[in-house]
Amino acid sequence: MATANGSNGTELLDIATRVAGWADVGEQVEVFVAEELETEVRAYQGAVESFTSARSQGIGVRVVADRRQGYAYAGTLDSSALSETLQEARDNAAFAEPDEFNGVAEPDGVAPVDFDLFDPSLNDFSTDDKVALAVELERATLAADERISGIESAEYVDTRFESAVATSTGIASASRETGCYLTTYAMAEADGETQTGFGYSIGRGPAVLDVDFAASQAAERATRLLGAVKPPTSKLTVVLDPWVTAQLLGIIGGTLSGDAVQRGRSFFADRIGEQVAVTDFCLLDDATNIEAFTASVVDGEGLATRPTSLIDSGVLQGFLHNSYTARRGATSSTGSAVRAGFKGAPGVGSQALALRAGTRTPEELIAAIDDGLLVQGVAGLHSGVNPVSGDFSTGAEGLRIRDGALAEPVREITIASTLQRILLDITEIGNDLQWLPMSAVGVSLVISDVMMSGA
Amino acid sequence: MLDHELINRTLSTALSTGAEFAEVFVEDKKSSSAMLDDGRVEELTSGRDRGAGIRVVVGDTTGFAHTADLSTAGLAAAAEVAAAAARGGGGGTRTVSVGASGVAAGAAAKVLPEDVAKTTKVELLARADAAAREVGSQISQVSARYGDSRRRILVANSDGLLATDDQIRTLFSVSCVATGDTGLQTGRESVGRTIGFELFDETDVTEMAQRAANRAITKLGARPAPSGTMPVVVGPGGGGVLFHEACGHGLEADLVAKSASVFAGRVGEEVATPLVTLIDDGTMAGEWGHFAIDDEGRQAAHNVLIDRGVLTDYMWDHLRARKEGRPSSGNGRRQSYQHLPMVRMTNTYISNGDADPDDIVSGTPSGVYVAQLGGGQVNTATGDFVFGMTEAYLIENGEITDPIRQGNLIGNGPEVLKLIDAVGNDFAMGSPGTCGKDGQGVPVGDGTPTLRVKALTIGGIAA
Repeated sequence: MATANGSNGTELLDIATRVAGWADVGEQVEVFVAEELETEVRAYQGAVESFTSARSQGIGVRVVADRRQGYAYAGTLDSSALSETLQEARDNAAFAEPDEFNGVAEPDGVAPVDFDLFDPSLNDFSTDDKVALAVELERATLAADERISGIESAEYVDTRFESAVATSTGIASASRETGCYLTTYAMAEADGETQTGFGYSIGRGPAVLDVDFAASQAAERATRLLGAVKPPTSKLTVVLDPWVTAQLLGIIGGTLSGDAVQRGRSFFADRIGEQVAVTDFCLLDDATNIEAFTASVVDGEGLATRPTSLIDSGVLQGFLHNSYTARRGATSSTGSAVRAGFKGAPGVGSQALALRAGTRTPEELIAAIDDGLLVQGVAGLHSGVNPVSGDFSTGAEGLRIRDGALAEPVREITIASTLQRILLDITEIGNDLQWLPMSAVGVSLVISDVMMSGA
Repeated sequence: MLDHELINRTLSTALSTGAEFAEVFVEDKKSSSAMLDDGRVEELTSGRDRGAGIRVVVGDTTGFAHTADLSTAGLAAAAEVAAAAARGGGGGTRTVSVGASGVAAGAAAKVLPEDVAKTTKVELLARADAAAREVGSQISQVSARYGDSRRRILVANSDGLLATDDQIRTLFSVSCVATGDTGLQTGRESVGRTIGFELFDETDVTEMAQRAANRAITKLGARPAPSGTMPVVVGPGGGGVLFHEACGHGLEADLVAKSASVFAGRVGEEVATPLVTLIDDGTMAGEWGHFAIDDEGRQAAHNVLIDRGVLTDYMWDHLRARKEGRPSSGNGRRQSYQHLPMVRMTNTYISNGDADPDDIVSGTPSGVYVAQLGGGQVNTATGDFVFGMTEAYLIENGEITDPIRQGNLIGNGPEVLKLIDAVGNDFAMGSPGTCGKDGQGVPVGDGTPTLRVKALTIGGIAA
């Protein structure tokens, strides 16, 4: 087994277990160690605009002593930094207030799924081949439609990520994965007006990357918005593009975190067993689904990932937990500890949200709508959606639906409702489930009674 | 941070494949934060990031590599990788001698955060928590965060430049949840300055907490926001985000060069009403987007972008400026040594007009008054942008009336600039922001006086 840098595969786990072994009596220590190798090639006007070759490493240490928690990190794995980081986390813990539920995870006997997210073929993919892909992606996007006037960016990126978690309570887990992707942002122009669209292709290794898929997607998304107008304000049925649905599911996943619920920041608190969504709505968080690009074998605390049903036939089933929220809620961890790298302690959140597919194609969904809007893209989800109150308002662009067919493009509009209403106003889910480079599945989603604000 | 001999050797290695430009960026950043939530100081975090990014330019191609290993061998290896990535054809040897005395800037902090006891930092959190909860029984949850960072940088390049800076930032924020018959609502307040712990001599965390709590409680009674297009008055300080999105990003030379901006090719044209003078200014001491030198070693500058409605210039980094044969405007920034620099804003603001802010409101028969903005987002190629309102009210018969719920506003940059019909005389800086571009976040400031846009689209649900 080769690590990201081709050395012995147990190296990171060795470091993590060694540092966790330095725990004092009466103290819990959790050590997270990560290493990432990344290559990024940007093409512009037929040549390489930039080529980045990056290797980064780091360690994050959580100490719990007297039920007080402290954290420290360092962006290096130098041996001197390891003990300093532990010492700093220890010192930090002394200044926090005690919480009876603090603690690191303990082994729970759940075996991790057995799959390999590491594609060794990436190791043999040459720099010249990476450059060629990026250059070809730019060329193909420009060639995809005569109205494509320029490329904002066309890039090839690959990553090799490896991490290990070890605790003084006996957890010792390691994982590694590879990822490759192409992304292209196209500009289309007609009659002095510009529109933009993006396309992508993603996989664990370079073999599955599809330049033409990415290029044609970007071109179609940009060109079909040409001539867009700002429509009058009206209430109508919207069809969310799979990309938009995936973003919406991600926000809903956040409201189902045990942490948000226990701290009074979720409108789902105290609603287990209630009908919170239409009966077709079945939402599962399942990082063990290898189809998901965010699949993983273990969570941020080193526990095995596992499927967790959140909403079944519209009825709220439960919440996502890491070891802290599980102790606090007198339940078990759902393997939902998530980390944003080594610079912070694990939180709790969704990892790979899946929705049960419906039966009809996107075309059939559209054919059934007299007056509606296909939402191709949204902007400002971070500023216009409040996951605590449920207020939902976002900038949007897309195509009007008239008499069952796609009609004129529209822009500079917002769509608004509340998250609570949206779940009850879903009229149909498409059959076009697709895993996108996000932590939720994409699928066409039809929602009635959404306010479209325009001129 | 590195001795001259080692810098020169590293730059020579970086140039060994025939590059015309090479740069070493060294960063040593220490951060600390403390978080209170649920009535308890939950956790203190501290961390250190230290390393170097090496950039090599051959023609229009940039090679970049970074390393956390600042030894002679570590830097040489990174320099070789960057040089190979740029793949110049020429080869040959160039020796580099960086300036003996470069631009050096000291820390502006009076009280270094690292010299302040952790108990003192933690005490601020507890004070904010207590103050917020005292505002009213509707306050059901409070979180507060303290953060500081000290970022020391060194930039050296093959033009002989050698410059250093010591950047200290301190941040405090409070978020409240209020619970009522209408559900949950939130209120937030944050302050961030490029100064040390003396921030808390001028900022009262008790008052901040009270403002955040009142904001959440007020919103419990909020009506659904209206939908459709109407006049919008933005309060002092708040409107900075609007300009950051409506035209700030569109004036970044890297986007302009790719024609990915609606403002490309429009220097000298009237792009806004004459009431608008837009400035980007990295020299504003103490402000969140302030620094002595940018991340390419260029001194911060005061740059007028729009002068009384006329577009005067874009913002520039080293690469884009070099191509145009002009100096950088001091806008080359990067998130860390692991990132390539690009054109970024610093502190972006609209200067004062002469209208009385009360007259602006009373002169608006009906519309929306936005007291606090959330973040925003722009598509620079189309000019369409959104920004969130986190505290807003209806304007009815020239008076600010009922609060309205959170939502986005949407507009088109070039159109909105032509629709600004009143600018007040009550300039204020807004809340500290983190601007994201191409996956990199950098601290930015913004500011405006009270101003009015004749027509903006409000993304509410009320008819």
